[in-house]
Amino acid sequence: MSAKHFERMSALTLDLPSQGETPLPNVMETAFYFEQAGIGLSKDESYHIFLALKKLISVQPIQTCRFWGKILGLEMNYIIAEVQYHEGEEEEETEEEEVIEEGGKGMDEVEDEDEEKEKEDEPPKSTYKPPPVIPKEENGTGANKYVYFVCNEPGKPWVKLPPVTPAQIVCARKIKKFFTGRLDAPVVSFPPFPGNEANYLRAQIARISAGTQISPIGFYQFAEEEGDEEEEGGGGRDTYEENPDFQPLSVAEMVDSLSTWVHHVQSILKQGRCIWFNPFQKSEEQEEEEDEEEEKAEEPDELQQETGPPLLTPLSEDEGIQNIPAWTAQPSTNLIPQHAVAVLQSNRWPGAYAFASGKKFDNIYFGWGHKYSPENYTPALPPPVQAEYPSEPEITETRDPTLEEELAFKAAKEAALAAAEEEEDEEDVEEDEEEDD
Amino acid sequence: MVAQAEQLKGRFQGDPSFEYEYTEINAEDAERLIEDGKEPMIKEEVRLVATIEQIDRAVGIIPRGAFVKTPLGSVHENRNFEGLSVMEAKKLSSYFHFTEPVNLKNKTLLEKADLDPSTDFLDSLEHDIPQGSWTVQLEKGGTVVVLRSLLWLGLTFYHVPMTKQYGYIYFGSGEKNLDLPFMM
Repeated sequence: MSAKHFERMSALTLDLPSQGETPLPNVMETAFYFEQAGIGLSKDESYHIFLALKKLISVQPIQTCRFWGKILGLEMNYIIAEVQYHEGEEEEETEEEEVIEEGGKGMDEVEDEDEEKEKEDEPPKSTYKPPPVIPKEENGTGANKYVYFVCNEPGKPWVKLPPVTPAQIVCARKIKKFFTGRLDAPVVSFPPFPGNEANYLRAQIARISAGTQISPIGFYQFAEEEGDEEEEGGGGRDTYEENPDFQPLSVAEMVDSLSTWVHHVQSILKQGRCIWFNPFQKSEEQEEEEDEEEEKAEEPDELQQETGPPLLTPLSEDEGIQNIPAWTAQPSTNLIPQHAVAVLQSNRWPGAYAFASGKKFDNIYFGWGHKYSPENYTPALPPPVQAEYPSEPEITETRDPTLEEELAFKAAKEAALAAAEEEEDEEDVEEDEEEDD
Repeated sequence: MVAQAEQLKGRFQGDPSFEYEYTEINAEDAERLIEDGKEPMIKEEVRLVATIEQIDRAVGIIPRGAFVKTPLGSVHENRNFEGLSVMEAKKLSSYFHFTEPVNLKNKTLLEKADLDPSTDFLDSLEHDIPQGSWTVQLEKGGTVVVLRSLLWLGLTFYHVPMTKQYGYIYFGSGEKNLDLPFMM
């Protein structure tokens, strides 16, 4: 980066229409407050990150930007910036997400075997229908509300992370893997993760944000809308705005009770999205098909609509893990209470911190990117071997006999044969005897 | 004491006098303790001391050459230690565990012939199980090498190559990362 380039870039930033507000976050100020609690990076690194964010803003059309945190990895670390584009300036993703599907195990192989069998008897067709794919949320809503950029070190180019899909979040909940630091590294796991490390990183960032981004109560309020909560998706409100009449509470109050803090990021449902999506809303074609076939017992018409806690719920509603509360609140110092800062550490996501001091607050994450669990991680077991054919009157599937059973059967058969031969011999002998007579 | 405290799981409370109920011991120990008139409880300060000892023993490391062993057997600091070179600093074999060596006697004679008995009298990090339980990174533009342990998440060791500066520190929750093999 030559000096000329820097000058040109700073000239660009000065041309921004909004003089007072630039999207550039004041990283040094945030670092100062977190330092009071012993959290943060060194001053040099914070400043480098500050400059790297400035470079990011000058290159991309960004409306708001925030230093989200740092995730450690095996070979390299990730510095993550949370960004919102200007409305309407978002780049359309020309390439479809490069989702690397891990080799199709399970049903695909079974179907191949079916086809390889002799064609004399047509084997019954597989009746397997893969579960419906739940679509990802639109950019700008739900789990994809923010766009994330990562770089390995301040100074390296920023890479945009792809939006997150519900399947990735659901799978990320089941695995626990270290990050290597290379975005294109494969994630080898079971259940197989649909994507590479960039997708896994994005999924973990989404989970951490949903679980630990908090603000003092009253800072954000719901925008004044005409209707009430009755919306089609039943998701409730999902937008908020800053409250111009925010009255900050004292540090002591912020620390004493957890109900003075609220989540300002929507929580992610079990489905993997923030707003419930019913995959069984059938189109007309599908309804016709179903009228012809019999209704299968497996089809759950009424999938329970999942609801999560609405936006801006206070932290006192957060469940702890076993007997550990979800958050630990401390003032930064007990000795000088008039200059103390209220600091919260998350116990569910170790490494997530938040501070509040007067009107200023911020969240940050420094850690390895995993959730805390008091029990050890147990990987999911592979599913049981599936039957090749459904049990019908013509075809049933039973277990193969074991060696002992086969031997026993053989012995019994031979014994029966021997007994039959003996009887015949006796009869022959009797006949001979009769003839002799 | 360490063996007993190892069985306690979960986060530390923050209160040194907090008593843990010690529920996972053999029946014999329980009977013995009850006969003594004491209930099976462990204080957090005991657990804290045991955890510190465990961490030091398992992942306390020093660069090669920082300590020397005299022919008489005593070990002390090497005042002539000038630091590792940059190339050496990136290799795991240049760092040793600062505890009684366990693997040294298992080396073949050929390997032992290459060792320098004054500096190579400890276990190196290369043969740690599971392999890859240390991450080596260069920070600050390549002037500082930082090793992080994955077994005890939060243990960080730093060394500035070509200088005498090195050290390790632990910031964490005091729990061993037993999921390490799944996470690699």
